[in-house]
Amino acid sequence: MAAGHAHPLYRAGDSVVHRLPAHVKIVVAFLFVLAVVATPREAFAVFGLQFLLLVGVWVAARIPPGWLATRALIEAPFVVLAVLLPFFATGPRVEWMGMSLAVDGLLAGWNILVKGTLGVLVSVTLAATTPLRDLVSGLSRLRVPSMVCVIATLMLRYLEVIAAEARRMRLARVSRGHDPRFVWQLGATVRSVGALFLRSYERGERVHLAMLSRGYTGAMPAFTTASASTATWSLALVPAVVAALLAVSGYWVA
Amino acid sequence: MDPSTDLVAMHMSDGIVNAPTSVIFGVVAVLGLAVCVAKARRDLDDRTAPMAGLVAAFVFAVQMLNFPILPGVSGHLLGGALCAILVGPYVGALCVSIVLLLQALLFADGGLSALGTNITNMALIGTFVGYGVAVAMRKLAVRSRGGLIATAFVAAWVNTVVASLGFVLEYAIGGQGLALGTVFGLMTGFHALIGIGEGIITALTVGAVAAVRPDLVYLTRTAAPSLEIKGARA
Repeated sequence: MAAGHAHPLYRAGDSVVHRLPAHVKIVVAFLFVLAVVATPREAFAVFGLQFLLLVGVWVAARIPPGWLATRALIEAPFVVLAVLLPFFATGPRVEWMGMSLAVDGLLAGWNILVKGTLGVLVSVTLAATTPLRDLVSGLSRLRVPSMVCVIATLMLRYLEVIAAEARRMRLARVSRGHDPRFVWQLGATVRSVGALFLRSYERGERVHLAMLSRGYTGAMPAFTTASASTATWSLALVPAVVAALLAVSGYWVA
Repeated sequence: MDPSTDLVAMHMSDGIVNAPTSVIFGVVAVLGLAVCVAKARRDLDDRTAPMAGLVAAFVFAVQMLNFPILPGVSGHLLGGALCAILVGPYVGALCVSIVLLLQALLFADGGLSALGTNITNMALIGTFVGYGVAVAMRKLAVRSRGGLIATAFVAAWVNTVVASLGFVLEYAIGGQGLALGTVFGLMTGFHALIGIGEGIITALTVGAVAAVRPDLVYLTRTAAPSLEIKGARA
């Protein structure tokens, strides 16, 4: 990865959480989210405790809550489905402010809202504490096929180039008075997409030739990754295990 | 990017389907990807890594590009059928999957537990169904550029609607709250409309590519003629 390429959700730091090997963080994040998803929807208090666990991780990672909140808000389209559910679901209904809402739908909406929100917060926490390069090498450590890791690396390396190319094309269109408002005014945008594909593909051909001329034989050098000690694993797994225990206790309570 | 609302919110979040369903479709996604990796290598040999990497970067960049549907409402391309027609179903599905994986890990776009369902719907079902439709219409596609454009439109529309049926299937297995008929109606109705936008963009993009480099369109590509060495006297 080219030096200095950071993704928009990364927040540089040197906390315990930042220093954890990436593959450990990826596993913990997946387990945590699965524990949240497995929690029964009626166990309202459990979600609060799982949120507190996350707050603990943020304190350890020294991420201010305001910084997190603004980034978590961006990803809110799933809220639409959660809001629709009480209106469209069947079953017993309650009257609220003149609207007839289904109880089951309210619970289902709450289920998506709370789990979706906690899920986004976990994802943002992972992204905030893990630089790009470590993320891909962490994936390779988790036995993701090397082909997938290499494609991901190259994709991330050229993403900025392609995105900048797309921005320049848009700027060129806009500066010539292009202001599409309706679907039938798409012509210029779409021709740009076609041109962007050609430029990306032909860049791929050039990159391949450049790799060949530097001795590429079809295999890439292996990723070097730090392994994690048992102590590191057991410390990092604490939030995930506690979240899973909370999920189990939710079945007991509910 | 544009500040207008994003209509196409097909990335599933955590909590829409339950944990067992998430795990099942996670396994489906892993198996599907394993097949794609093996077959993509056959399509592209040692060019796989750079070509697929750049095509994936293209898909990522195009998904950031909003197009207008109505004033104030915009959508973005999913790109499954587009990739399938331009680079083939295996490379295409691989690229879209890697885009989805990195969107979930880096941009919190789509839930981590929903990664399996998202890859199944958009990368596997979307790309392969889109390609299946395109192959079925290949006779029309090779006849003229107009035929290719029509094929791309139909493939992208069917791809969008069938990918939403993947959601309905997952919801039927592990979702709660709505009657299945309601989910089916909402999702297919909504995506039949989105699919028109996806279809128009896909069709015109394929048309634009075919006009300049017809040799790059995987769907209509014929085997390269083998090199013929002719002597001075035959």
